[in-house]
Amino acid sequence: MIAAQSSASWLLPALILVPFVGAGLLALVPARRSDVFRPLALLVTASTGVLAVYLLTQFDSAEAGFQFAVSQPWIDDLGISLTLGVDGISLFLVVLTGVIFPIAILGATPHHDPKPYYAWLCVLMGASMGAFLALDLVLFFVFFELVLVPMYFLIGLWGYAERTAAATKFFLYTMFGSALMLVGLVATAVLHQRGVGGRLTFDLVEIASDPGISQNAARLIFVAFALAFAIKVPLVPLHTWLPDAHTQAPTAGSVILAAVMLKLGTYGLLRFGVYLFPEAAVWSRPVLLTLAVLGIVYGAVVATMQTDLKRLVAYSSVAHMGFIVLGVFSLTVVGIEGGILVMVNHGITTGALFLLVGMIYERRHTREISQLSGLQRSAPVLAAVMTLVVLASVGLPGLNSFPGELLALLGAFETSRAWGVVAVTGVILAALYLLWAYQRTFHGPATGENATVRDMRPAEFGVLAPLLVLIVVLGLFPGLMIDRMEPSVKALVAHVDEQVDGFSETRYEFVGPQARESEGTGGAGEGTGTGGQGTGGESGG
Amino acid sequence: MSAVTVLAATLQDVLVDAADGLSTPSIDWAGIAPNLILMLGGVLLLTVVSVLKRRLPVWFPAVWTISAAVAAACAVVPLWQRFTDSGPESLMAGAVGLDGFSLFATVEVCIAVVFAALLLSDYLRRESLDAPEWYVLVLLSASGAVTMASANDLIVLFVGLEILSVAVYVLTAMHRRRISSQEAGLKYFVLGAFSSAFLLYGIALTYGATGSTNLADIQGFLSREVVTQNALLLGGLVLMLVGFGFKVAAVPFHSWAPDVYQGAPTPITGYMAGAVKVGAFAALLRVFVVALGPSYRQEWQPVVAALAVLTLVVGAFGAISQTNVKRMLAYSSINHAGFILLGVLAASTQGTRAALFYLLAYTFMAAGSFAVVSVVARTGEHRQSLEDYRGLASLRPGLALTFAVLLLSQAGVPLTVGFLAKFYVVTAAVESGFDWVAVIAMLTAVVSAFMYLRIVATMYFGEAPEGVTAPRIPPATTLAIGLAVVGVIVLGVAPGPVSDLANDAVAQLVVAAP
Repeated sequence: MIAAQSSASWLLPALILVPFVGAGLLALVPARRSDVFRPLALLVTASTGVLAVYLLTQFDSAEAGFQFAVSQPWIDDLGISLTLGVDGISLFLVVLTGVIFPIAILGATPHHDPKPYYAWLCVLMGASMGAFLALDLVLFFVFFELVLVPMYFLIGLWGYAERTAAATKFFLYTMFGSALMLVGLVATAVLHQRGVGGRLTFDLVEIASDPGISQNAARLIFVAFALAFAIKVPLVPLHTWLPDAHTQAPTAGSVILAAVMLKLGTYGLLRFGVYLFPEAAVWSRPVLLTLAVLGIVYGAVVATMQTDLKRLVAYSSVAHMGFIVLGVFSLTVVGIEGGILVMVNHGITTGALFLLVGMIYERRHTREISQLSGLQRSAPVLAAVMTLVVLASVGLPGLNSFPGELLALLGAFETSRAWGVVAVTGVILAALYLLWAYQRTFHGPATGENATVRDMRPAEFGVLAPLLVLIVVLGLFPGLMIDRMEPSVKALVAHVDEQVDGFSETRYEFVGPQARESEGTGGAGEGTGTGGQGTGGESGG
Repeated sequence: MSAVTVLAATLQDVLVDAADGLSTPSIDWAGIAPNLILMLGGVLLLTVVSVLKRRLPVWFPAVWTISAAVAAACAVVPLWQRFTDSGPESLMAGAVGLDGFSLFATVEVCIAVVFAALLLSDYLRRESLDAPEWYVLVLLSASGAVTMASANDLIVLFVGLEILSVAVYVLTAMHRRRISSQEAGLKYFVLGAFSSAFLLYGIALTYGATGSTNLADIQGFLSREVVTQNALLLGGLVLMLVGFGFKVAAVPFHSWAPDVYQGAPTPITGYMAGAVKVGAFAALLRVFVVALGPSYRQEWQPVVAALAVLTLVVGAFGAISQTNVKRMLAYSSINHAGFILLGVLAASTQGTRAALFYLLAYTFMAAGSFAVVSVVARTGEHRQSLEDYRGLASLRPGLALTFAVLLLSQAGVPLTVGFLAKFYVVTAAVESGFDWVAVIAMLTAVVSAFMYLRIVATMYFGEAPEGVTAPRIPPATTLAIGLAVVGVIVLGVAPGPVSDLANDAVAQLVVAAP
């Protein structure tokens, strides 16, 4: 699966190393030079972002395998290597990470101790990049676990009142999942060695192409992996850390948590669940789809009842994550593409939402919806931006969330119609809770302090502008992304087909005529991108 | 009956040999050089200091001890060369084994001695307890630990254990103004003597069953003969396990550990967590995995699995309910012992090597952590509770950061040595088919992570109370903490060279040349 070595083999290591080196530089600057940290952190994260965008331009969209791959032995006697690579599935998550971090740094300033704050953010960026690029099971685990440390300190040191408990809960929940995953990945490598012979290896591609693991063992290991990722996503019964972490985290922490770190879970499900254990993924599909749909409905219902604006956005994330898992575990090309689209676009819209909520909190020092009212009168620009972002998050056609959710639902309809039907209600509920919250906070009379709220400054608008542009552009031209991810997604589905006996039959049996249609159009991206807007309008509006 | 016959026959052989005139074995002085350096270092230090009592500077014993430990570690290098060139050997009529395993363990003990000397020098000055005896006892006990790790004979092993233990009993009780130190010393001594008796009785039964105390002979005997009535051997095996269990603080033989760890002078606690564990685990690995492993693995593995699970669970859950940081770390050392038992349980070269690596990692983590505890506790060791760490990050940012790194390493966070140590033992356990024990182990790691995070959160997220001054960090302690943190990170990021060495550090038993 690894494509020919590209000339730019420095690119992926640079994406990881630049933030880490930047964190080291920040640590070396004396703490009293408090004016240096922000520009320096910005320089580091922005240059990583530029590298990520450069990666996007150099990416060969016709190639299905891993590009820019590099490999270097790390712990040789156990077959652990520093293998990095990017394909159409991880590409946009890498770019998203590159774009979101500088925006998060620009969008919020810490109240105290700028030096460790920016240093931890840089560490977090490096570790997130590493997790998306790693193609070695142990290396992935290292980064997956490493992101906990900076986030723990970001929540615990710069968060709100209940921050200590939230930080600890966040750390332990994820670590509980990783504990099982660690045993699972060791078992994967050991059983692979026993089944295939040769030396111990943790190389993802090598194991996936010829696992040599018995069905029962593979299912058991898959459960260990899926549990770890389900906590990270989070899927519904395991989501209770998320609202606390989001509510207590500082604004930049919430933005990154929602935009990047939750995606580690869904990305993990795709890369280390579906790709590594296709048979187990097919086997577990009913459970995961049920949890996904449960998450969509439950997240939406609970969000409706929230009184805290930030907590509301946090629960809306639970619902959106449900769409991603729904799309991924439809195990169709369309569904997985939809899942990846939602991953990226949820990062953009929810990142913007958290920034906006942070701006409201800065002005009013409360996030209670009952305390806010009529902000539209005192802050019209803020209200306008908020409208756009809320509508995008609701899934209005023409804005960025719509294509992803539509494709995820299409995928679900193709394989598991009942789940798809229930999931659609989530779209309507999203409109309910978000628009209702908007209405309560921005409409009505501007009472008390709400009347004197300062409007958005140009600088604040500047921070959000790139996200707003992305919201519109990716809404109108989803093909920009779909074209680049399609070869990889198709290869992944073909991989599942090849490894699981009779998998393709189950899919077509479910669907009947629709499947043949989508087969016929081939490029699912263009077909749905234009055709979908008319049909989706009813549910979105 | 058969065992009694064997016993009688052996006794007869011995008597006949004695009648022929005792032939003394040839002594390979170079082969036991590291051990000699440590032991002579201790004895010479005592002599020199008593002769030149008033004319020596205060730093002299500490520098002497560190030099002795470094010299012993350097003496390992030519032996390592000799072992890689010509393979493992058995010295002194089969009493001492010279192999990668014993050499690797020797270096670990030396590292623990260096840390102990660095920390003691500041500690003794602060507590006004300056006396060279501390260092003498540390060197002698180190020699005992090395003897245990390289013992090829159960009697030699027992002698090593006693040299190690007696010195450490005294060290534990050496803080003469702290009542808890004396209490800990007495407790450790009584229970330790008890466990030595168990071990000795186990050795006797094993001798009765196999006709030898030599590990190579025992291994050979068990592979040649089929023992039809193995009650004697099983009894010996269990009693030896009890004895080792006491020494490594495996549950249910752990009850002394929290009290002793808490009561002992803090540098000695760190030393116990390093050197004593290395010696005891090395002996356990040598006897159970190497001598009894090939033919008796099936018999002892279930017992060790139960011990490991109990140790992991009790260590983790015991730790989270504590409010005294030193006691928390004592319980966490029980949890770590459970992880090392996973390596023993695997009963493979992978497992042995993973256990050795874990011991090395834990030596660094324990030395650094207890050094911080010692600094924060201040004179008289009164401030050990979690409350005393509140807001440490604002008072002493560097100290708090290093402690956080050491604690996160103990929790098993990647890019620290703690993660790789856990990774190695888990890999070894899974390879030997003990995946369920590995799962339990990792889950207990999450439980103990809660405890480590509690300390980190108190240091970082709490406000320092009014009027508390920052603790003073003396230079040698600074050096020790620095070395520990550098070790934890370097070994965590680039374990390659060390894990390659550990790869060769497999214990092998060689029958002594007649």
